[in-house]
Amino acid sequence: MLEKALDGGRRYWLWLAALLAVVCAAAWCYALQLRVGLGVTGLTRDVTWGLYIAQFTFFVGVAASAVVVVLPYYLHDYKAFGRVTILGEFVAISAVTMCGAFIFVDMGQPARLLNIVRYAAPGSLMFWDLVALGGYLLLNVTITRVTLEAERCQTAPPQWVRRVILLSIPWAISIHTVTAFLYSGLPGRPFWLTALLAPRFLASAFAAGPALLILLCLFVRRWWDLRVADEAIRKIALIVTYALAAHLFFAAVELFTVFYGQVPDHLEPYRYLYFGLDGHAVLTPWTWASVGLAVAALGLLLTPAARARRSLLAAACVAVFVALWIEKGLGLVVAGFIPAPLGTVPDYVPTLREVTIVAGIWAVGAAMVTVFFKITAAVRTDGP
Amino acid sequence: MSTSRRVFLRLAATAATAAAAGSALGCAASGGARRRLAMAIDVRKCLDVHGCRACVDACHEAHNVPAIPDRAHEVKWVWKEPFERALAVREPATLPAALRGSEVLVLCNHCDNPPCTRVCPTGATWKRDDGVVAMDEHRCIGCRYCVAACPYGSRSFNFVDPRPFVAHPTSDYPTRTKGVVEKCTFCEERLAVGRLPACVDACPAGAMVFGDLDERGSEIRKLLNERYSVRRRPELGTRPQVFYVI
Repeated sequence: MLEKALDGGRRYWLWLAALLAVVCAAAWCYALQLRVGLGVTGLTRDVTWGLYIAQFTFFVGVAASAVVVVLPYYLHDYKAFGRVTILGEFVAISAVTMCGAFIFVDMGQPARLLNIVRYAAPGSLMFWDLVALGGYLLLNVTITRVTLEAERCQTAPPQWVRRVILLSIPWAISIHTVTAFLYSGLPGRPFWLTALLAPRFLASAFAAGPALLILLCLFVRRWWDLRVADEAIRKIALIVTYALAAHLFFAAVELFTVFYGQVPDHLEPYRYLYFGLDGHAVLTPWTWASVGLAVAALGLLLTPAARARRSLLAAACVAVFVALWIEKGLGLVVAGFIPAPLGTVPDYVPTLREVTIVAGIWAVGAAMVTVFFKITAAVRTDGP
Repeated sequence: MSTSRRVFLRLAATAATAAAAGSALGCAASGGARRRLAMAIDVRKCLDVHGCRACVDACHEAHNVPAIPDRAHEVKWVWKEPFERALAVREPATLPAALRGSEVLVLCNHCDNPPCTRVCPTGATWKRDDGVVAMDEHRCIGCRYCVAACPYGSRSFNFVDPRPFVAHPTSDYPTRTKGVVEKCTFCEERLAVGRLPACVDACPAGAMVFGDLDERGSEIRKLLNERYSVRRRPELGTRPQVFYVI
């Protein structure tokens, strides 16, 4: 089946070559980071996690969101999603791979990474995150291989794979819950120390991930025929609407508790994000951009006529994706470190090298999605 | 040398002998009775030697701690912070004038319930039976989860190779490599041979007292019984073992 990825047009190869160029630039920057240390990033003694871990967190959400197409199809027999589940799973595989890469580039001693397995510490959430993500990758690789093969042969997938798919549903929830627990169990970080973190993670994931899936389907449609029904797109848009509303509700609930309760430890990170703290306000414009985009997107998505128009739906999906990327892929991790334990307000601005490495990992993800979608389209249009 | 210090040293020496005898079986250094090592810092005595850096220098020299000029990449085991920052005092106006803005020592608290060891994915940092929160820089993968978990900012990450920044390296203690976390270890290497931590030894004002909280007549036990002391952020449930006597 993989040979179908080799049969593409000029544009296809140019696109993959462009992505390869970005990966090469990132590899060059990473080589420097490997030689010099994480000092080449914008990370500091006080803000020790930044863009890498934030991207990791965001893409765990994207990976988990495959469940919103898998669940209706396999648990409720919702036929319209028949052709779209595998695309969701392919996005999940790409996203989990990106997550692994983000963790890898964040390590101070990447050569020792397997110490997590060798000296497994079940008390550490990082160990369980590795188990959850590794398992999720394995499940989705198995599921996509078997179901796409069945599709190619125009037969029903074997019965056993259905059980694997059912297992992947709670598993998807678990990967993002465990990722939230990485943060929400730390006593000295009041910004993360909230039981609402895992539900918030899931809500934003179920908005951002499916928004990306819609965009990919609409975009790819111009060149390849994925045979995704309009009804499926409409339904996913409805799911995005609900998830985004839940996300904004959760965010508002959190803001109420923090600003009405006025406990300084809880208040300060939020003040830093929304208004700036002690004259430090690097993230303030980003935060308001995120809020503005999310609210605008919800406005569009709540209007059935707008949701039905392809251009407006695409615009709303871009807004959702960007808004939640800022919220989770930037603000969430950084604000957790502010103010620092000794009360200072440190600044964190990623370096160009750091951003290039992140772009490289995005390019890997984009290349994987391209190849997977290409194979799927070929299987669906070429026949057995 | 005070009597109690002599008592402590004798105790430590006994423990060290016991450890040597038990090492074949892999016994812990605590030997028989459990110890609960802690430090008390007499803030006022420390302030009497205003501007003194003897403890910081002694520690950093003894442990090859690099002096990195870039504050973003600083590595430090023990250092001074304004009182209100160190003790998270929200309303400095309520402090006695002598303490307001005064500098106090901060270091790893060797918490009795440390969040850093809880989160470490490789067991590269752990709490020993005697209460020392130890660190194995050779096992550390540099994920910095412990740095995120520490509510005190006591852990430093080596963002760059620290060796060029060690002015006078000593061969008595290993240097570290880039990409690993390090911190104060209560001078476990000195405790093992019955010596007091370097900072305690170096203090010209006798402001730092180190010992076993569970030992009845110990100097630290007596001091904490007699004087009022506070700890950094006790509300977090980490049970720090560094006490500030004020």
